[in-house]
Amino acid sequence: MSGSAIANGGLMRWFRRGPWEAGATILIGVGIVMLVQPFSLDLYSYSFVTILAGTLGYVIVSHFPE
Amino acid sequence: MTTILQPDHVTIPGVSEPAKSRATRRVRGLSDRAIAWLFVAPTIALLLAINIFPLVWMIRLSFTSLNLSMSYLPLRFVGLDNFTDILTDEDVWFRLQTTAQFVISSVALQVVIGFGLALLINRQFRGHSFWTTMILLPMMLSPAVVGNFWTLLFQPQIGPFNYLISLFTGVPPSSFSMTGEVALAPWTIVLVDTWMWAPYVMLICLAGLRSIPDYIYEAAEVDRASAWRQFWSITLPMTVPFLMLAVLFRAIENFKMFDMVNLLTSGGPGSTTELVSITLKRAAFEKWRTGYSSALAIILFVTVFGAANIYVKVLNKVKQR
Repeated sequence: MSGSAIANGGLMRWFRRGPWEAGATILIGVGIVMLVQPFSLDLYSYSFVTILAGTLGYVIVSHFPE
Repeated sequence: MTTILQPDHVTIPGVSEPAKSRATRRVRGLSDRAIAWLFVAPTIALLLAINIFPLVWMIRLSFTSLNLSMSYLPLRFVGLDNFTDILTDEDVWFRLQTTAQFVISSVALQVVIGFGLALLINRQFRGHSFWTTMILLPMMLSPAVVGNFWTLLFQPQIGPFNYLISLFTGVPPSSFSMTGEVALAPWTIVLVDTWMWAPYVMLICLAGLRSIPDYIYEAAEVDRASAWRQFWSITLPMTVPFLMLAVLFRAIENFKMFDMVNLLTSGGPGSTTELVSITLKRAAFEKWRTGYSSALAIILFVTVFGAANIYVKVLNKVKQR
């Protein structure tokens, strides 16, 4: 097996859609909970950045191979 | 044998022969892809004009201090100040909590009632079609109509709702106002929303129930499983993806809810039922804080967009079943 094929295989193993998509989904969910929770104003303040990171991440990782 | 009609044999009055042949050549010269684009172009142009352009404009405005009541002032770029203001403002935070309470209570009720109705409608009985139509009726009404007629039903003096409550509890009908009391108003909007949208959840659950093959129940019968056991081990697990779909869809819709609540309570009494969409409307069209309200709209948009991604993910899982 050539070096580039091994490298490709390694990359493919790292950039699989499933786990990354699940991570982005969890980030969005956590962000939404932070936005509406009644306990901490600091969590509320950082909620938008969390949701934005999750949403942008989701858009990017949904183009990864299966 | 197929006969192909040649359009260039048709004589069009008022069009000269060379002009006609030039036009025909031009059309014949277009590839299928180009013709497809030609047909899609008007829709894309419309989409750009009424969806994309306002969105891009709103993003631009969210970084400015524009106040439409003082539009003569020069537009000042304020960077992320509007976002910082919103995300450190306790009032907006409380409005988001009110929205979450509304979303959680109404969606929970809708799921319980909708699933129960689906279980009932899934059985064959006399008048089955009539009752299905009757149950689906509220869902087909416009939220504006629903808001108006429930306002009338909730009238303390002439509304039948108070008389109905009085019949069961003995409390005088004009002694309480469903939309005017702090303790009752949040439940009023939950009640009306549940009345309107539980049928929708029922439809989704019904699709889930009908997708369960009969042989699974037959196998359970052979194993002498009780009806309760069949419900917990077959019906519920196999309907869960559909329930998730209904929950996500209704949660996203209720998060954006504006029209019905605005008609029923206008966010009152005080700010008891002020959902974040009403806060947004007040900031934009009562206080005329356009830059600030654009930033709030973007926060809500990103939230709904994120939730919609989860919705699509669940939808794909349901499709794979």
